[in-house]
Amino acid sequence: MRTARLLRSSTFRLAVLYMALFGASVAVLLTFIYWSTAGYMALQTDDTIEAEITGLAERYGLSGLDGLIRSIDERLSRKPNGDAVYLLTDDQLTPLIGNLDRWPRVARDGDGWLNFNLEQASNDVEVTHRARARPFTLRGGYRLLVGRDMHELDATRSLIVRAIAWGLAITVMMALAGGIMLSRSTMHRLEAINETSRRIMRGDLSLRIPTRSTDDDFDQLADNLNGMLDTIEQLMEDVRRVTDNVAHDLRTPLTRLRNRLEQLKNDDTIDAGTVEAALGDADGLLMTFNALLRIASIESGRRRAAFKSIALDDVVRDVTELYEPLAEQKGQTLEVSVSDSVRVHGDRDLLFQAFANLLDNAIKYTPRGGAIRVSLEDSSTGPRIRIVDSGPGIPEQSRDQVFKRFFRLEQSRHTPGNGLGLSLVEAVARLHKADIQLGGQSGLDVALAFPKAA
Amino acid sequence: MRILVIEDDKETLDYLVKGLVESGHTVDRAGDGKEGLFFALESNYDVLVVDRMLPALDGLSLIQALRSSGKTTPVLILSALGEVDDRVAGLHAGGDDYLVKPFAFSELLARLEALTRRREAGTADTSLKVGDLELDLLSRAVRRAGRMIRLQPREFSLLEFLMRHVNQVVTRTMLLEGVWNYHFDPQTNVIDVHVSRLRSKIDRGFDRPLLHTVRGAGYMLSGEAS
Repeated sequence: MRTARLLRSSTFRLAVLYMALFGASVAVLLTFIYWSTAGYMALQTDDTIEAEITGLAERYGLSGLDGLIRSIDERLSRKPNGDAVYLLTDDQLTPLIGNLDRWPRVARDGDGWLNFNLEQASNDVEVTHRARARPFTLRGGYRLLVGRDMHELDATRSLIVRAIAWGLAITVMMALAGGIMLSRSTMHRLEAINETSRRIMRGDLSLRIPTRSTDDDFDQLADNLNGMLDTIEQLMEDVRRVTDNVAHDLRTPLTRLRNRLEQLKNDDTIDAGTVEAALGDADGLLMTFNALLRIASIESGRRRAAFKSIALDDVVRDVTELYEPLAEQKGQTLEVSVSDSVRVHGDRDLLFQAFANLLDNAIKYTPRGGAIRVSLEDSSTGPRIRIVDSGPGIPEQSRDQVFKRFFRLEQSRHTPGNGLGLSLVEAVARLHKADIQLGGQSGLDVALAFPKAA
Repeated sequence: MRILVIEDDKETLDYLVKGLVESGHTVDRAGDGKEGLFFALESNYDVLVVDRMLPALDGLSLIQALRSSGKTTPVLILSALGEVDDRVAGLHAGGDDYLVKPFAFSELLARLEALTRRREAGTADTSLKVGDLELDLLSRAVRRAGRMIRLQPREFSLLEFLMRHVNQVVTRTMLLEGVWNYHFDPQTNVIDVHVSRLRSKIDRGFDRPLLHTVRGAGYMLSGEAS
């Protein structure tokens, strides 16, 4: 099963493909070498034979038949004679001298050569060699045959072929072995990733893919997957917490609503006040749900598609204008300084909502007679909205938590609110890639820093 | 008013029809898009209430079909989808107003009345008059019983909106959309503060108040004695 997987693995397939390509090119190269070597050897043999015939024919011209016979005889007795084949016959093909007992009975090939087989006994074994010879007719009807026993050439050729075959086989085997080794190590690491993934899918979300800290591509893959798992775990944790909180925070108003309805059922006359209070509870619940759904839909990021260039200064002015009477009612001073024509790419309604939530909080938590300062400026890093109030502020240790859904500070539990206002602000800020900065020593100093327009 | 309600959820349909009948309207009902379109084309209604998700034919296609056949009956779309793009798509398809579920019945009623009035008052006025209160749109001057009242620009728009919807209930959301032009969900009743400011300017010192609070719904400007 492991082998089957090895054979299926893409690394192994790649190795095989590489092996095939490499083997093929090696084969082509060796074939070329073979053809040029063998061809050159054959050509050289042919040239030697031609030269010998010319030499012998000249000898015949100079010193006649006797001289020729002597010359052939002398060459035949020379050792080694390079497997030379000679035969001189008269016009009746009766042999006069030579190491062939008869004229070979084969037809000439296209270039005028005779290719035939030589039967020779060597070490008492009858072997057949290939021979190649050139016939020549001398004056007086004598016929001369000069050739070569080709067995050495053939032996050399087969030696080359064998060497090539071995070379190829070794190449293929080494490539195969390399491929297997390569794919096994790849598979091993992939298997580690797969195994961890399977275990995570079975429910252990805290597991992480092991890395070798070599920062190679596998480590990078593992790091990315681990990062993804961190995000998923964080999201799951958020979902779980939100679900818990929803269940917990909605139980109180639901119970209250239920009690009121029960009270109405038991009463003989319907008390308008109780009905109104019940409606108020239901409205509050609906508002909480709407706020939750709204945050969820903002977080989904779908609204980014409808982003436009927005006059942020107008939005800030509109919000402060809307809330100014509320601050006045509480005897608070609302100081506003807004730079002109500050634009961001965004969603007008959402920015209004986010900013309204912040200002609403400032007015709500700043005591009577306090001061709130609102400013918008276009700094070098981008537009920046800032609201500074003289309220109780947010303790340092709670600053990360206030953006979590349903989170409420202990001291603000008695004020109306659902603990979703800042969550929504954070969702809107994130949608706009804006930074929320919380600061302030005595009061709260909250800033929304938008990225600089591209 | 003759109202056609097209809604597939039986409970919601019954609730809407009951409420509208109790408010003195004649109501027809349809449970799916095809039936609804048939009714809407057959007779003349003053206003249609159309749920966005309907069996057989969805709400937006229904409105498009209605408009392409030349019917201009105002349509209020009801939807569980509250996104801005959904709202835009709804209005783009030919809807006249858009209300997100869940909604208060008073909100629906106020919006329906606003829709039908809007048709009647399609003309461009240069001045508005409610009782002894006069608003001049050109000089932007407001007078009550001949006495000049100074208003901030936003108060002026607020009063103009209320006067254009005279004798109708205007909800807080309608004011936010109509006067401030934002679709948003105020945490506190910030609108009430604006209305009470306006009220102090137009009603203080006069025997008969014009600007009334409608409990559980919103506000109403009315010249008649209530």
